[in-house]
Amino acid sequence: MHIPDGYLSTRVWIATDLLAVPAVAVLARRAQAKFDHHRIPLMGVMGAFVFAAQMINFPAGNGTSSHLVGAALLGCLLGPAAAAIVMTAILATQALLFQDGGLLALGANVFNMAIVGVFAGYLPFAALRGSRAGLFLAGFCSLLSAAVLALSELLISGVSMPPTMLSISFAWFLVSAVIEGALTMAVAVALERIQPGCLRKPTTGGRAWVFAGGAAALLGSAGWMIASDRPDGLQSLALKTGISGNATSIITSPLGAYQASFVSNPWLAKSVAGVAGLVVIYVVCVALSRGLRATGEGA
Amino acid sequence: MSRIVEVRGLCYAWEDGTEALRGIDFNLDAGQTVALLGPNGSGKTTFALHLNGLLQPSAGSVLIDGVAVRGKHLAAIRRKVGLVFQDSDNQLFMPTVLEDVAFAPLSAGLSPEQATDKAIAALRQVGMESKSGKAPWHLSSGEKKRVAIAGILASDPLLLVLDEPTTFLDPPGQRSLATLLAGLPQAKILITHDMPFARSLAAEAVFFQEGSITARGSLEQIVTQFDW
Amino acid sequence: MRHARLELWSRGTSFAHRRHPAAKIVVTLAFLVSIATLQPAHWPLGLLYFAMLSVLTWAARLPVLRVQMAASVVLPFATVFAIFSFFAGAPEKGLAIMARSWLSAFTTVLLMSTTSQPDLLAGLEVLHAPRFLVQVMQFLYRYLLVLLEEASAMRAAASSRAGKLGSREFRRAAAAAGVLFARSWGRANSIHQAMTARGFDGAIPRFRVLRPNLADAWYVLGLALPVIAARVALR
Repeated sequence: MHIPDGYLSTRVWIATDLLAVPAVAVLARRAQAKFDHHRIPLMGVMGAFVFAAQMINFPAGNGTSSHLVGAALLGCLLGPAAAAIVMTAILATQALLFQDGGLLALGANVFNMAIVGVFAGYLPFAALRGSRAGLFLAGFCSLLSAAVLALSELLISGVSMPPTMLSISFAWFLVSAVIEGALTMAVAVALERIQPGCLRKPTTGGRAWVFAGGAAALLGSAGWMIASDRPDGLQSLALKTGISGNATSIITSPLGAYQASFVSNPWLAKSVAGVAGLVVIYVVCVALSRGLRATGEGA
Repeated sequence: MSRIVEVRGLCYAWEDGTEALRGIDFNLDAGQTVALLGPNGSGKTTFALHLNGLLQPSAGSVLIDGVAVRGKHLAAIRRKVGLVFQDSDNQLFMPTVLEDVAFAPLSAGLSPEQATDKAIAALRQVGMESKSGKAPWHLSSGEKKRVAIAGILASDPLLLVLDEPTTFLDPPGQRSLATLLAGLPQAKILITHDMPFARSLAAEAVFFQEGSITARGSLEQIVTQFDW
Repeated sequence: MRHARLELWSRGTSFAHRRHPAAKIVVTLAFLVSIATLQPAHWPLGLLYFAMLSVLTWAARLPVLRVQMAASVVLPFATVFAIFSFFAGAPEKGLAIMARSWLSAFTTVLLMSTTSQPDLLAGLEVLHAPRFLVQVMQFLYRYLLVLLEEASAMRAAASSRAGKLGSREFRRAAAAAGVLFARSWGRANSIHQAMTARGFDGAIPRFRVLRPNLADAWYVLGLALPVIAARVALR
């Protein structure tokens, strides 16, 4: 499920990096503000276990082998913000040390597994108030959303995949989602027995919106999947219909004007627009965090 | 002579209700060295963890240099009391020896330059300045122990608490550690089963049994009394 | 272990090893962006990048072939896609994926074998990566080592008693995972306790002050610019 470099089209990796960079910046800030350093051992050991579990791959037939993600488990144990950051750290370390997933594709992998994966898992868990069913659903939704997103991104990028293969891998994702759900439940229950209180039972209710959010995450990913069910010529299709297309065009449109006048070279235009967008977001994040820190210290 | 440690009626119970310490009275003056003897599980390490506030007593009080080990004093107390844990691998966690030794002064708010000076001085004291750029996990057990001690010395403590410092060390390593410790001016509390090592450093000993101190006296007297 | 080899290589002292980590990250990104946008028609440029990376590896006094082998872990994956593309009637697309993915991995391995883990994290901080993320990466690395040590200690203990650890029996494996978790957690807590004893309050203080110098600037200009320029020139 870790997408290596070289598979995603320029549009897709730039779009996902553009989504992931500010999201990680915001989540890191939130996680740090709320973090109790006595939870570091739990965080580190869970992170290391999830890291190891992710290295065990079951080939899913389509080349994007499937494996346990652990995003839901981390979310239930550490809270969503900290879990997303631990997951990001895991993915970055895997990409750097083991070439498991690419560096430019890190944005896509972080978006799929650390952001959508964690929140798609945490929402049903929170909605069902940390019950066993909630834990199972957490693992199930988390893996399914992450896997479907990864597959969609590959398809949007124009990676060839025979239709039969597609249905086979979807079936595989369902199976792994059930396994992930069962393991999330089993491990969380076992941990709760060893150390009561280690599960982050949600404090705020808001059942309805939480549910809606969980469903939306799942439907959204499924929608993306359906919208991208035709391997080739998808870029134009996605631009017209799918969520991804909208997202991409919204994000790149401020730079679209540049694109026209800047250069005639389409590759260069796309990359310059994308990289410039990344730099702008990066600078904004740095500036914002500076500002927040300053006001925080002032208060 | 100034009193470094003053413990009165210290009791501690684990979360499940087991009593680990039942009314400990203990004191130690500057420059003194005392050995804590007693069977495994008699509360020696639990006692040591109270000395810099890693555990908080369920009853009684712990004063270090006249200050209660609580709340806002903790940061200052942790600089005064250096704990050297049994397993150095659990103690060393920074990527290089120098950074590890500089950790305590940096945490105390010194600048990187000042912390580096402190760290180098501490490494020189334990004879490890040549290893400052190495990764701690590439060192031998004896070297790791020395680095762990340097990491404590870097914050200029008044008291060193060493928990089984000679485990994992070969006999020459044990002797050189004893020589090193004998040359340090701080008050010392040694938790150890290694009697030659204890004899070379401590004249005095206390004996722990089931969470209480049952005797205090000269090391030889304690050894005879409990057939230790 | 692949990472052990990387750790060995990354402690070298060559020209490339001594560059500021942020400079190396920038050069790596220049390579990665250029490689990621290569199309099948750009194969000569792919060859040029391959040559540049190989020369850099050689100049960093690293074993060129073994670095390239380390990058090859991405190939089995890519081959599957190449086969799909072949049957879909676009074999050149599949080959392009293989080439891009392998060249990207080569670039990453080169970065990691010329930059030690602490330097890399310091470089990320210089580039303003979120501090909390960098610290989590540092803890993760430390605790991964704990996990590895505990796992190998357990394997040694188990095999000295009962031959190999029964990986086929799920229940035994699950029990072993439980024990491994308990042991690792125990050690993680000891480490945390030792850190707290030395004044840790949730943030690892900054120590490394790495200042970029002129050579770092030349490194970026001399590598990132030609890489990008070549990519732009070829369209």
